[in-house]
Amino acid sequence: MALSNVVETPASGFNFENVCRNVALEGLLQGGQTKAPKPMKTGTTIAGVLCKNGVVLGADTRATSGEVVADKMCAKIHYISPNIYCCGAGTAADTEKTTDLLSSNLTIFSMNSGRNPRVVMAVNILQDMLFRYRGQIGASLILGGVDCTGNHLYKVGPYGSIDNVPYLAMGSGDLAALGILEDRFKADMEMEEAKELVRDAIHSGIMSDLGSGNNIDICVITKQGVDYIRPYQESEYKDKRQRRYKYRPGTTSILTEKIVPLELEVVQETVQRMDTA
Amino acid sequence: MEKRFMDSQIKGVSTGTTILAVTFNGGVIIGSDSRASIGGYYVSSKTINKLIQVHDRIFCCIAGSLADAQAVTKAAKFQISFHSIQMESPPLVKAAASVLKELCYNNKEELQAGFITAGWDRKKGPQVYTVALGGMLLSQPFTIGGSGSTYIYGYADAKYKPDMSKEECLQFATNALALAMGRDNVSGGVAHLVVITEEGVEHIVIPGDKLPKFHDE
Repeated sequence: MALSNVVETPASGFNFENVCRNVALEGLLQGGQTKAPKPMKTGTTIAGVLCKNGVVLGADTRATSGEVVADKMCAKIHYISPNIYCCGAGTAADTEKTTDLLSSNLTIFSMNSGRNPRVVMAVNILQDMLFRYRGQIGASLILGGVDCTGNHLYKVGPYGSIDNVPYLAMGSGDLAALGILEDRFKADMEMEEAKELVRDAIHSGIMSDLGSGNNIDICVITKQGVDYIRPYQESEYKDKRQRRYKYRPGTTSILTEKIVPLELEVVQETVQRMDTA
Repeated sequence: MEKRFMDSQIKGVSTGTTILAVTFNGGVIIGSDSRASIGGYYVSSKTINKLIQVHDRIFCCIAGSLADAQAVTKAAKFQISFHSIQMESPPLVKAAASVLKELCYNNKEELQAGFITAGWDRKKGPQVYTVALGGMLLSQPFTIGGSGSTYIYGYADAKYKPDMSKEECLQFATNALALAMGRDNVSGGVAHLVVITEEGVEHIVIPGDKLPKFHDE
């Protein structure tokens, strides 16, 4: 089948090889006293809004590992295809890999079939995969895109449920963002108004949720193309780090210098002729 | 978001719901509310579609885990289309219900979804089938399901009459949904009704504020 990479049913059952490996590793590490680091989660605020000419997706940029901010400039809006982008909340590795897999599959499909992928196809592939893993893949996704059938925005839950909606928010800051969206969303908004609405929704999530913070990324998808603005708005609480820690020669004074020549003797010599015919 | 998953018996989004299907003279009406919840206290969608068309004149409505129900109806839709192509004729409602039943029964450990299948076919006309959680298949003249159905068993049993007209049946279904949505916290939103007859399929949406009001509301 030409489209076999996409339509092929994968091997049945779940692949939990890594779980066995992790358990074995934890046992090895000093008899279970050292715990494996907690997976990096994107306790997050992501939002999406359908507007007159396209779709606007927004996300914060904080990734947390337990109580520590692991990444202050995490990219949560993932590329799926030239006309489809996906925001991911949940476990960072899961969202990254799932969207990567989806993107690869859709690229192969486009090449094989000669058609641009549709948002609904991306959603179906995601649903099939997440359902197969019964919620073990912790990925809550917002899929948005523009294709020949129009502008679409979908919500995909970690268990594989999907919902087609005009506006939505997900992640730990979703309630805060949803408040803003419920208040100000109108059907067929202008692009600028929609961008402001998404920015405000993410901002509200950042302010009210500990798991969200730092900068705001916005991705605008229209029929003409994609505008991925990263960052759309920088955090007001940026610290000024020097970042370069190079010191010019002479900063530390040399007190003594001792040179020891290294004596080498030839032990074995082989000659290999290279044929360049 | 994770804390909300913990308390619910159903993992993830669930359609704690009210669904029903009623036969009348010449057709069948299938209806549902439109609320999807997580954990019984967060409404994750006010406008979820629970009436899924599995073939031209056959619909099914879903209850239970949204992910499980959507996956099962997707598989069922494919199998019913395939069956219909092989037989070179529209499928019987009983066949569609059987497909759902097979999927539910064979995977009963993993799945948490129940269905009501209703439709019209040339052999037996309008029919309603229930496929319960464990895979039981039952044919009835009318049936109600979902968490909200417990509040309207009395109403449905008292008010149902065989061979109603389309208008009477619409009124019956609308009232039943309104009463259930009024008492069940995990049912709500708008009322979706689909009228299936030999001629075709008609989708009626009744927004929450246009639903019939009973005393004390």
